Amino acid sequence: MEFFRIKQDIPFMSYGKITTSISLVTFLFAVFFLATKGLNFGVDFTGGTVMEVHYTQPADLAKVREQLAATGLPDALVQNFGSSHDVLIQIPLKQNLAGAKLSEQVMGGLRKQDASVETRRVEFVGPQVGKDLVENGALALLLVSLGIVGYLWMRFEWKFGLSAIIANLHDVVIILGFFAFFQWEFSLSVLAAVLAVLGYSVNESVVVFDRIRENFRTMRKAGVAEIIDNAITRTMSRTIITHGCTQMMVGAMLLLGGETLHYFAMALTIGILFSIYSSVLVASPILMWLGVSREDFIKPEKTEAEEVLP
Amino acid sequence: MNRYLLWQYLSILAAILAGLIYTLPNFFGESPAVQVSPLRASLKADAALLERVEKNLKTASLNPEVAALDGNSVKARFADTDNQLKAKDVLSGQLGEDYMVALNLLSRSPQWLSSLHALPMYLGLDLRGGVHFLLQVDMKAALGKALEAATGDIRSALREQNIAYAGVSRDGNMLSVKFRDAEARNKGEAEIKQRFSDYALNTKEAGGEFFLQATLKPEAERRIQDSAVQQNLLTLRNRVNELGVAEPVIQQQGADRVVVQLPGVQDTARAKDILGRTATLEVRMVDEEHQIGTGAAAPFGTELFKDREGNMLLVKKQVILTGERINDAQPGFDNRSNEPAVHINLDGVGARKFKEASRENIGKRMAIILFEKGKGEIVTAPVIREEIGGGRVQISGRMSTVEAQDTALLLRAGALAAPMEIIEERTVGPSLGADNIKRGFDSTKIGFIMVSVFMIAYYLMFGAISMLALAANLLLLVALLSMLQATLTLPGMAGIALTLGMAIDANVLINERIREELRNGVTPQAAIHAGYDRAFGTIIDSNVTTLIAGVALFMFGSGPIKGFAVVLCLGILTSMFSAVLVSRAMVNLMYGSKARLVKVAIG
Repeated sequence: MEFFRIKQDIPFMSYGKITTSISLVTFLFAVFFLATKGLNFGVDFTGGTVMEVHYTQPADLAKVREQLAATGLPDALVQNFGSSHDVLIQIPLKQNLAGAKLSEQVMGGLRKQDASVETRRVEFVGPQVGKDLVENGALALLLVSLGIVGYLWMRFEWKFGLSAIIANLHDVVIILGFFAFFQWEFSLSVLAAVLAVLGYSVNESVVVFDRIRENFRTMRKAGVAEIIDNAITRTMSRTIITHGCTQMMVGAMLLLGGETLHYFAMALTIGILFSIYSSVLVASPILMWLGVSREDFIKPEKTEAEEVLP
Repeated sequence: MNRYLLWQYLSILAAILAGLIYTLPNFFGESPAVQVSPLRASLKADAALLERVEKNLKTASLNPEVAALDGNSVKARFADTDNQLKAKDVLSGQLGEDYMVALNLLSRSPQWLSSLHALPMYLGLDLRGGVHFLLQVDMKAALGKALEAATGDIRSALREQNIAYAGVSRDGNMLSVKFRDAEARNKGEAEIKQRFSDYALNTKEAGGEFFLQATLKPEAERRIQDSAVQQNLLTLRNRVNELGVAEPVIQQQGADRVVVQLPGVQDTARAKDILGRTATLEVRMVDEEHQIGTGAAAPFGTELFKDREGNMLLVKKQVILTGERINDAQPGFDNRSNEPAVHINLDGVGARKFKEASRENIGKRMAIILFEKGKGEIVTAPVIREEIGGGRVQISGRMSTVEAQDTALLLRAGALAAPMEIIEERTVGPSLGADNIKRGFDSTKIGFIMVSVFMIAYYLMFGAISMLALAANLLLLVALLSMLQATLTLPGMAGIALTLGMAIDANVLINERIREELRNGVTPQAAIHAGYDRAFGTIIDSNVTTLIAGVALFMFGSGPIKGFAVVLCLGILTSMFSAVLVSRAMVNLMYGSKARLVKVAIG
């Protein structure tokens, strides 16, 4: 079986302006939604209390809300979680209530209504912790970006590092844009997924770059655009199959992993789809515009020596 | 061309065998168990304790599947929770307060595996259920207490030396002493400099008055904060022991935070109560006039307390000092005899009271008692040799260095206990934990099956080899996680699925490359060789970038995210081994020996 038996190189570089424009527009949309709607930060970042409780029969949300209002928490968010038996209660951070004691008060109230209620999960995060997590998250993002640029610079050339990181940071912004648009909860595990995507989708660019470098050595007469076109065309099959396989795994997580892993897998899915696009159709045009050339790899004086080799 | 040497095959085989052995314990599951561990440093879990446990269980006609020594505890495994709970009741009744009896889960894997240190993966709280607390130690309060104490000490020091001063006041982190003239200030400065080496001094004149300003030196500040955290850790450890948790984690995190993880604990309200309690310390005189009558009640005005060795001592009810008067306690050595000792530093009021009490009671014994949940225990009961002034007390004699350290910590624990606040709580119920395991396992399984079907359909024999290599990757990853006893969390399980999805990339790269070479008209043997050779550089590059992300996540992530990062990093390492070496070995075995290979099944 073979999906991609392509005889002629596809002239990707001549579409360069269109493909980068498309991604620029998507990027701007993402920035727009991030700016106007903002991320729906989860309890990890904002602080507050999240409780997941389980009832033996389908839960009556109205009654739960009533009880919470009686406990002095009228602004608690109550919704079903996964199934009609499970209820998720989100309580924003309060000054006047000792956060750690809050969950006991709530459970005490709910037990009065229905003794069979069972605590599945309680998460209380104080304001100090949230602030630290945001800082650490930003630091991790910065460190990953610098590390990747540094590695690609060392392994290839600064032009490669720069174009790869532009393409991939644009993926990150687009993932965040999706989370802002749909107001999906942005939790700690989503942040982990975003950083994993950053590392993962860069390897897409690396595979193409590797081919470009190889082509500079083997395709002596070809122009830069031709060389890049050939590299992309010949790695395309691998790109799509690899991402397809990774997506199968992530898809299984998305469907079977339960609520906790849902948004984690969602972030990965968006990241994987966009990274195919960006690392091929954004990173490479940028690389070309940055003026990559044969001389970046092959020093003129070494050319002769190389030609002697079989 | 496509042949490995025998040792290469053998070492790959050995790696996979090791992987199998260390993965094996995960299949046996866990059984309910009871864990008995001594609560005092002087007691050891040894063969005698094991025998005692076995005997006690036998008389209660409870038959454990296995009972064995493990580290500093005795563990007994039972077939069901019913027997486990009965055994816990029996043992905690029989062994008394010196031992902690806790419920635990123990691997059912056979003895020979355990003796190879092959243990099942260590499950995080989100998979096994339990409570996680993050506590913040109030450093401002710790420093404030030290400064407050210094204010009093400076006053009494100046008074003692008859140096005239107009007042000592505290303003934030600075103490300022007011003098009427420069001469008094110079004298005061010399005195304070000598006694309070932790403070940096500078002078100031304002409005015809002479000030001496003292601020804590940065290193002293750090020491105070460190000892506040250390002492809180010790106190927490003692309290958690009382909760009877089998494998608690109590760790410092950052400069001023403490993580407490209590696997299996469901009663969070009780856990919070116990963690939040404060201990108090009292200094009283030992009553040596009365004899302890066996079984008789303590005479009027006295009380009976146990010391740390379990001996009973009769102590007067009158309290000389409470722990609030202790500023600091440090382990050290006696100047004269060079014996290990504990140096205690009392505040001004405490020093005065202690001076009086010691003058009146030379030659008698004094008891330092630690009260927790209304029950007192004598930390130490030294003999007073001479009158002790100046608030500097030394306890020495019949102490090892370790005991001196323990005593110092205990004294501080009663005294300083910087307040702590719970700033994060995560409780996971056992049913959610079990669900999480199932979900993580199911998604990995289904994903793996889907990828296998696709790979085999697409690359035929090479696809099958790739999947075997991927299975080897999973095996090695689980083995590594079990070997390192790294904490497996739900994001960690997601990490396993994700690394498997990513690891297939290496094999796709190789297979695509072989196909391409074949299409260019190269012979199958050469194509295989070139495919593996050329793809290798790319595989390294693409894995390093993911590894960078993994390391950054490990450095900055906390809790479950750290678990994800560990799996991601280890998965990348095992995938490079399995995708390149294991699959190559299989291809070599299959095709390498055929001299005239015309066709390979790669689709």
